[in-house]
Amino acid sequence: MLEAENLHYAYKPEKPTLRGISLTLRQGTILYLLGRNGCGKTTLMSCLSGLLRPQSGTVRLHGRDLRSYTPAERARHIGLIPQLHTPAFNYSVREMVLMGRAPHLGLLAAPSRGDYAIADAALESVGLADYRERPYTQLSGGERQLVLIARGLAQECRILLMDEPDAHLDLNNQQRVMERVARLAADGLSFIISSHVPNNALMYAHRVLLMKRGTTLAYGAPEHILTETLLTAAYELPIEVIRAEEQPRAIVPRKVSG
Amino acid sequence: MRLITSRAWRRDAAAVSSFRRQLAYSSLLLPIVLILLSLLLGLYNIQPQTIVKALLSLIFPQAAEGISATELTLILRIRLPRVLAAALIGAALAGTGAAFQGIFKNPLVDSNLLGVTSGAGFGAALALLLGGTALMVQGFAFGFGLLAVMLAYMGSRLYSSAPLIVLTLMGILIGSFFTSLTALTKYVADPLNTLPAITFWLLGGLTGVTWNSVPLLAAITLSGSLFLWAVRWRLNILSLGDAEATALGMNPTRLKLLIILCATLMTAAAVAVGGVIGWIGLVIPHAARLLVGTDHKQLMPMSLALGASFLLVIDNISRTLLPAEVPLGILTGLVGVPILIALLRRSQTVW
Repeated sequence: MLEAENLHYAYKPEKPTLRGISLTLRQGTILYLLGRNGCGKTTLMSCLSGLLRPQSGTVRLHGRDLRSYTPAERARHIGLIPQLHTPAFNYSVREMVLMGRAPHLGLLAAPSRGDYAIADAALESVGLADYRERPYTQLSGGERQLVLIARGLAQECRILLMDEPDAHLDLNNQQRVMERVARLAADGLSFIISSHVPNNALMYAHRVLLMKRGTTLAYGAPEHILTETLLTAAYELPIEVIRAEEQPRAIVPRKVSG
Repeated sequence: MRLITSRAWRRDAAAVSSFRRQLAYSSLLLPIVLILLSLLLGLYNIQPQTIVKALLSLIFPQAAEGISATELTLILRIRLPRVLAAALIGAALAGTGAAFQGIFKNPLVDSNLLGVTSGAGFGAALALLLGGTALMVQGFAFGFGLLAVMLAYMGSRLYSSAPLIVLTLMGILIGSFFTSLTALTKYVADPLNTLPAITFWLLGGLTGVTWNSVPLLAAITLSGSLFLWAVRWRLNILSLGDAEATALGMNPTRLKLLIILCATLMTAAAVAVGGVIGWIGLVIPHAARLLVGTDHKQLMPMSLALGASFLLVIDNISRTLLPAEVPLGILTGLVGVPILIALLRRSQTVW
């Protein structure tokens, strides 16, 4: 449903950030973007969500060039879940989710009862129905991620891009967010997730795009990509994949010092 | 047990949020009540029924029967324009302050961020230095207020990236440039007549307000407030930053420029009539936030209503309680700061 072909992007012409990235996101799947800091994951997400215009290459959504969508149209298909942040003003959880209705409403319109009902239903489906009047900034990091997922659901988009949803979260919260993501994917939503936690890709990804300095190092099913050779090349560090009962179970860097 | 507490929390919080909604909209009645009360106040004592009759006579001329010409003049030609101007200016400064705090994601700014008040101050000072009429002072103040923001905007266009950050920086620079020009004007002004006039104007006041100033002020303030009210929910989204607003299908830069244009016109008109009345744009939105929370859907109407009410009260204090009229710019701080400190004590988790 979302295809990128040969994307190039450069903030400065002499230093390109993306050099020929291609990928395909199928319905109901989770695609992981892995790679070192500065390898272009966030830039790629911005190109896919239409925040940045790739200088060459195309992004197609349901077979149509993403550039031919109006911003509001695009936002009805693709939602962006930013990294954990603290807004300048402390809105309630319900207000945060309600903002997902923006692409469905006119510029001068305020949300109606129907929009509130959609926002409440979205909160229900991430398991936070009881949290709706709480101040957003008083939630834990994992709960905030779930609220932003609910905002994507209220936006009624079928594709959600998540920028490092596991950053700053403890294992419990990471698991809570990812289990919810996996369940929504099983219901037919599609996710592109950038991450610095290859173990989560091991557990949840259907496809993995391993990036290095703006290029594709490897792209495919996790069992083919999350290998010692490729990960070692991507992170420029000796990496071990620990197996149990023939299955890869953990990805850990090898200790170098004594 | 946990279930019960969370249900109780949900019910209480829902009650709070619906109470806040009602409070925000019923607060719009407060300025109307205060306008009527303010007409009663003054050195010359007038009966309430006389006020009502005089106001009715604007629509039904026969209602004025039995009211002396002095009273009619006092109510309709002196008190009414001043009271209306106070309400409009207070609403404009507070509403634009709330809007600027939202779009610049910063609770510590007001609509002078881009230099409109500083420009207007210089315009008025220049007109006074040239010995201009009241109309000329207002025109210069309005024109230079717009000019300052226009210069800041043009300066920011020299840079293609991060337009709003550069715009803010340019606004601050242009603002201090005009503040220096104002100081220069004061320095060269005649210390016996012109200098006190400039100083007095810069401190703000509604002493000289007549019907001449009200129609344009009302037209700009009411249409501007209507626009800010219409985009109040979008302010929530803008306050999350450009990336999220864009991802939610908006064009944040365009909407912010529209809001800046609207707020600049409103502030320039308010300052042109009332002089530099500081403090309201910064602090009234905070007071409103303490009462109705951060959601701009309620914050915008509450800020408009509180701003109008606050300046009405301050102006009433200025013209009735004290032997000589104290400039509004001084009173807003003297009266407002203790009120805000009292409000802050009650609630600590708002922002």
